[in-house]
Amino acid sequence: MKDEKLDYIKLASNKPKGKRPYFHNDPAVERVLNITMALAGEVAVMRERMDSIERLLEKKNVMTREEIENFVPENKEQEEQRQLWHAEYIGRVLRIVQQEMEELENPDKSLEEIANDINEM
Amino acid sequence: MSARNLPPVYNKIAQHAVFPKMNHDERARYNFLANLNKHLAHVSQGNKTAFENRVEPKFEKEHGRKIATTKELEEAISKDAHYQVWSSLRRSTMEMRQQAGRSIVLRQAEELRDKVNALNAGKDSLVLDDSVEVPPYLLACDNHIMPGSYHTELIKDDVTPAANYDTGLFVTTAGLLGRYSDGGGKAIVSWVKKTYPDFNPKRILDIGCGMGHNVLPIAKAFPNAEVIAIDTGAPMLRYAHARAMDLGITNVKFMQMDAAKTTFDDESFDWVQSTMFFHETGGKSIYNIMNEVYRVLKPNGLTLHIEQPQYTDDMSLFEKFIRDWDALNNNEPYWSKMHDIDPAELMASSGFRKEDFMQIGAKAENDLDDGTQKADEPEDHGRSPIWNVFGAVKN
Repeated sequence: MKDEKLDYIKLASNKPKGKRPYFHNDPAVERVLNITMALAGEVAVMRERMDSIERLLEKKNVMTREEIENFVPENKEQEEQRQLWHAEYIGRVLRIVQQEMEELENPDKSLEEIANDINEM
Repeated sequence: MSARNLPPVYNKIAQHAVFPKMNHDERARYNFLANLNKHLAHVSQGNKTAFENRVEPKFEKEHGRKIATTKELEEAISKDAHYQVWSSLRRSTMEMRQQAGRSIVLRQAEELRDKVNALNAGKDSLVLDDSVEVPPYLLACDNHIMPGSYHTELIKDDVTPAANYDTGLFVTTAGLLGRYSDGGGKAIVSWVKKTYPDFNPKRILDIGCGMGHNVLPIAKAFPNAEVIAIDTGAPMLRYAHARAMDLGITNVKFMQMDAAKTTFDDESFDWVQSTMFFHETGGKSIYNIMNEVYRVLKPNGLTLHIEQPQYTDDMSLFEKFIRDWDALNNNEPYWSKMHDIDPAELMASSGFRKEDFMQIGAKAENDLDDGTQKADEPEDHGRSPIWNVFGAVKN
């Protein structure tokens, strides 16, 4: 057994011995749900970190949590920046829905078909 | 603050010298997972509703009869959308808990090992024996979906399997076992002291001790007793011993030994204890282990085994099914088979008299219980700290 630094990132995500049960009819649903839940966890971690920051800032008299609670955009520019961030964020998260809609509106050929087409070009 | 039933924040967990170092986000990740576990325990009630309102009527319509076996029930419910998403989320939560724990301990594997070694050095109360083989039932799959289970050593003198276990038990049980996860050991001590006030054991054996969390309250309650705790997993024993040293409990000797073939003399213990151990053994081993319990126990000696609740005749098919969920989906496979064994028969087969058999209920003693953990909490099958204890006084 070599005493070298462990590749802890890879090892931490190892599979346990014993076949994994899948509960959804399509394993792809299971896969996506697992990735989504991991992200949900990381959002919760970030939220807790923000909470720590707010409490520390308050404790050090930099500002109060009440000020944060009551904060609203103070001018048109700030309003737009905030709403723009939300629009971009949602666009990113729901990318696949948008792309499926675009496909419905304008059905594509498969890449195989396109390759055959190009072969004639 | 309303009296909502929230799990304790992770930083309430007791620290000791070999407890892994954790940063802010690692604690936050565990807070998320404890809450997710609790949430899913509540959502689990939906499985019963789905079963009664959708799954059972559909089956009856198709087959003209009721569901007769847990196998039929499983086939029918596995097509139900609520059961699918609940199961999928529960499995996912357990995998995330393992990933989170391992990412904490593996990055500091060497530091943990060195701290443990420093506390264990020169002590004769840790006896490792590399000729002891990991029993086949522990090699068949990784229990609790812990990759590498209790025994795998990734570095020399590895303790990470135990360190991972230590950090995560508090999360899986939403803190219901208390700050030291020792609510089972404490409960058994209280019962023994109350039931046998004059019992003064000189030698106590704890089998399948793991990281020693449940044997320490026993050792503490009987400070003059010589306590021996055995397990086959060297990483568990190293960590358990160092943890006990740091917590100031010095009357426990941790020994690497298979409970089915110990090296102790006949009739050499006043008390043989196991806590949540038998359901992680195997169909033949369980009898061999009980034979050993009988052999090493003195006449008038006490043996007690904290286990998962047994199946009972008045239990519905659905309840039997859902109680087995963890067995098959959180890798505790023997648990699903142990239901078929009558503990009274198991003990009788080893020589205990049937009339000496006893069975009691036990609930974890939780030093974090501040009254907000309401009694009407739904039972989280397989996780709730409500157990069946069986045993006997040897005559």
